[in-house]
Amino acid sequence: MIELQDVAYSYGGGALLSGISMTLASGSFHFLTGPSGAGKTTFLKLCYGDLLASSGQVSVFGQDARGMDRDDIARLRRRIGVVHQDCQFLDHLSVAENVALPLGVSGKDARTEMQNLTDLLGWVGMSKQMDALPPSLSGGERQRAALARAVIMDPEIIIADEPTGNVDWEMSLRLLTLLVELNRMGKTVLVATHDLNLIRAAKAEVAARVLRIANGDIQLAGADL
Amino acid sequence: MSRLRDFWLILRGDPEADRVVPPTGFTVRLTFFSSSAMAFLAVFALALSFATGRLADRWGSELARSSTIRISAPAGQVEQQVQATLRVLETTPGVSETRVLGEDEQRALLEPWFGPDLPLDSLPIPRMVEVIEAGDGYDSEGLRLRLRAEVPGAVLDDHTRWRRPLIRAADRLRLLGWVSIGLIGAAMAAMITLAAQSALSANAQVIRVLRLVGARDVYIARAFVRRFTLRAFLGALTGTILGVLAVVLLPSASAEGGFLTGLGFQGSHWLWPLAVPLLAAVVAFWATRLAAFHALRELM
Ligand SMILES: Nc1ncnc2c1ncn2[C@@H]1O[C@H](COP(=O)(O)OP(=O)(O)OP(=O)(O)O)[C@@H](O)[C@H]1O
Ligand SMILES: [Mg+2]
Repeated sequence: MIELQDVAYSYGGGALLSGISMTLASGSFHFLTGPSGAGKTTFLKLCYGDLLASSGQVSVFGQDARGMDRDDIARLRRRIGVVHQDCQFLDHLSVAENVALPLGVSGKDARTEMQNLTDLLGWVGMSKQMDALPPSLSGGERQRAALARAVIMDPEIIIADEPTGNVDWEMSLRLLTLLVELNRMGKTVLVATHDLNLIRAAKAEVAARVLRIANGDIQLAGADL
Repeated sequence: MSRLRDFWLILRGDPEADRVVPPTGFTVRLTFFSSSAMAFLAVFALALSFATGRLADRWGSELARSSTIRISAPAGQVEQQVQATLRVLETTPGVSETRVLGEDEQRALLEPWFGPDLPLDSLPIPRMVEVIEAGDGYDSEGLRLRLRAEVPGAVLDDHTRWRRPLIRAADRLRLLGWVSIGLIGAAMAAMITLAAQSALSANAQVIRVLRLVGARDVYIARAFVRRFTLRAFLGALTGTILGVLAVVLLPSASAEGGFLTGLGFQGSHWLWPLAVPLLAAVVAFWATRLAAFHALRELM
């Protein structure tokens, strides 16, 4: 699904990531962990085409990211659901409108997808807040709304950046359950987190693999985690 | 083809897609204001062009390269002096044709002043000879002198000749009117471009979110283009209506009032101001579209 070959990335200074090669197979569940500032968000952005590798090759769905124009990237985004580290909502639109946004921008009629939308909001437990504006949501509600938006297009890949960033443990587990459910539905899941407890909890549920990012390199972590 | 479709979408409006960009407040008001001001000016420039055009046409047709010689003489000498005049004209360079006006023609000329029942034969009415110029025309001073010497009763009336430079000025004024309309359009495009650019950069975060969820550049651009085109159209419509009202309410005088009071529209020219809002919409469409695609390329 996502394949990196000898990928390096730098924001202009020294290389933040270098010599990274790996494959995320279809239907797999991966955690990406590492210290703050190690480059987790950067790595995810390389995977969904928000950043272009400084060198090496990133291919998604068998397509080389270097050969994509902006329209290709837009189409790619519709097949990858992204939960951004700080959620990224349009603050002037309601939760329901934000969740339905990917439908609108891809030319689907949000009205015919109404059932899908209400089901999804129910699934993440946000039915009551569907008319609220994003700035009034709590951290956990924001994360759940962002997850609902990430899956509304029924994408093959879900990428979540710190989905449990500032929520309590109970909410973390609830979000994890949603991600695990998605993986059981056959979706490829990649989650960046520094919360090792979350990873341990997940391992009881799915065959998750853990990638550790440090000093510009990414290694598959052992079972000792 | 897709441009046409875009244009149609804009006129039809798409409230749902429009909502993705938050209200852009002052930039949109700026667009409304500047396009109404520009449309107001454009209406005047149009009126000016048409008025000077009419003036030039009228003067031009009066000119028609002809002048007249009036011959007033005691009853017995008229015919002789007419013949003398024709002989002088025959030998004047720059004259292509001469014609003695018949009685009917003279009656028609005098009718507006004296009514239809004028007893021409019993009145000492001067005879008229029409002179049609050739090429660069004749030397009117020379002709005048020769007539004075040979035909005492003849007066050369070439009053229409002095209008020639005025007609050139009117033509130039008409041209300047059209140039003004072009400049007004360009200034409007510049203002809308600036307004759109500022709206786009104020909404960089919105654009980022839209891209994150898979919006193509055309989708994002359209949301801005629609907004600005619609505002420019409505603004220009307002400005046009006010401009037309101002033209209509100009104090009127007779058609002979000349240039100042002739400023206005006549007949089918009234349709032209209708084009102003449409033109404004087209200008806004392209200005915003170009600004949006440029900004979206930069915002990579
Ligand atoms: N746009 C940018 N321009 C320059 N430097 C950047 C940019 N984005 C990130 N960086 C730097 O790159 C490094 C890695 O950032 P990144 O966001 O990938 O880390 P992270 O592992 O996700 O950290 P965290 O756990 O805090 O989210 C940081 O040092 C950061 O300051
Ligand atoms: Mg990060």
